[in-house]
Amino acid sequence: MKVSPLEKAAEATPQKLGRSIRGLSDRAIAWIFVTPTILLLLAINIFPLIWTIRLSFTNYRANRPNADIKFIGLRNYERILTDSDIWQTMQATAHFLFWTLLLQVVIGFALAWLINRKFKGTGLWTTIIVLPMMLSPAVVGNFWTFLYQPQIGLFNYLISFLTTIDPSSFTMIGEVSLAPWAIVIVDTWMWTPFVMLICLAGLRSIPDYIYEAAECDRASSWRQFWTITIPMVLPFLMLAVLFRGIENFKMFDLVVLLTGGGPGSTTELTSINLKREAFEKWRTGYASAYAVILFVTIFGLASIYVKALNKVKDR
Amino acid sequence: MTRFFKDLYHMRRGAWEMVASIIIAVGVVMLMQPYLFWAYTWSFLVTLVGTVMFIIVSHFPK
Repeated sequence: MKVSPLEKAAEATPQKLGRSIRGLSDRAIAWIFVTPTILLLLAINIFPLIWTIRLSFTNYRANRPNADIKFIGLRNYERILTDSDIWQTMQATAHFLFWTLLLQVVIGFALAWLINRKFKGTGLWTTIIVLPMMLSPAVVGNFWTFLYQPQIGLFNYLISFLTTIDPSSFTMIGEVSLAPWAIVIVDTWMWTPFVMLICLAGLRSIPDYIYEAAECDRASSWRQFWTITIPMVLPFLMLAVLFRGIENFKMFDLVVLLTGGGPGSTTELTSINLKREAFEKWRTGYASAYAVILFVTIFGLASIYVKALNKVKDR
Repeated sequence: MTRFFKDLYHMRRGAWEMVASIIIAVGVVMLMQPYLFWAYTWSFLVTLVGTVMFIIVSHFPK
């Protein structure tokens, strides 16, 4: 007779242990399985969060571990919220967030729309489009630095070809007015495929019979697009915006490799600024308060967003 | 509109969540706008109030 793995495991379990497990309720067994995960979450998420909030009320500096830690109340928050440099950083982040999300959603959806129209070589085109998001941000940052070179960069030559402007007359990552757009272009190039894939999943989940019914009712393609395609893809699109929004709010690697936050502090996003305060100036208490401000902002936005997402899904 | 105020009065989740969402959105706009420095200064407080309010009101009855 064949013995199943479950029976084998039951036989291998010592009788005493088996008896005590049999005596446990389903709820208790569930707790036994869930407890390690909860403990891990508490240790790596909740504890650091509480510790950061605690540090944000002190003058603690991580490079002076033996110095006295003074409780300074809300002074760190007051300093951050009255600092015009940090205000500028917030504006740079807002510019980056707004334009990357807008461009990625528009281009990503358009690409998904095209790919969804089955034609020869769809698979190949999908693979080619998806390639940028498979690359490491370090690689992308470095090769776009070359592409943006005014002397040898292909990007400048392309712009020159299209507009007849001298390619060496502008530097994408060296000019105050162009650098914010340089990082937007690279992030859009890298992450539009991600939005495209999510939109494609949404488009492919729409059953054909809905379009067939619309055609029977003589609905035009335009009407079908606005009353069937958009509402049914909207939850997917919102999910993509949520993911990209949170990711871009904490964007660090790509921008550091491209511009290093420069020229001046034009492209210094909040995460770069925060890292400088925490690990270059070693103002740990101050940086903790900064992190708490960012955390509350993202948490608040995510709450609204999840609510809106649930509403759209219920509809 | 009348229903909205009625829901607010009767402590209904939907209406209060809407108020909390508006407060959060205003706070985030205040944080990132480039025009008024005082708005930036008070933005965190507004966002914090909205976020805490959102957490509390999401436990109200539907």
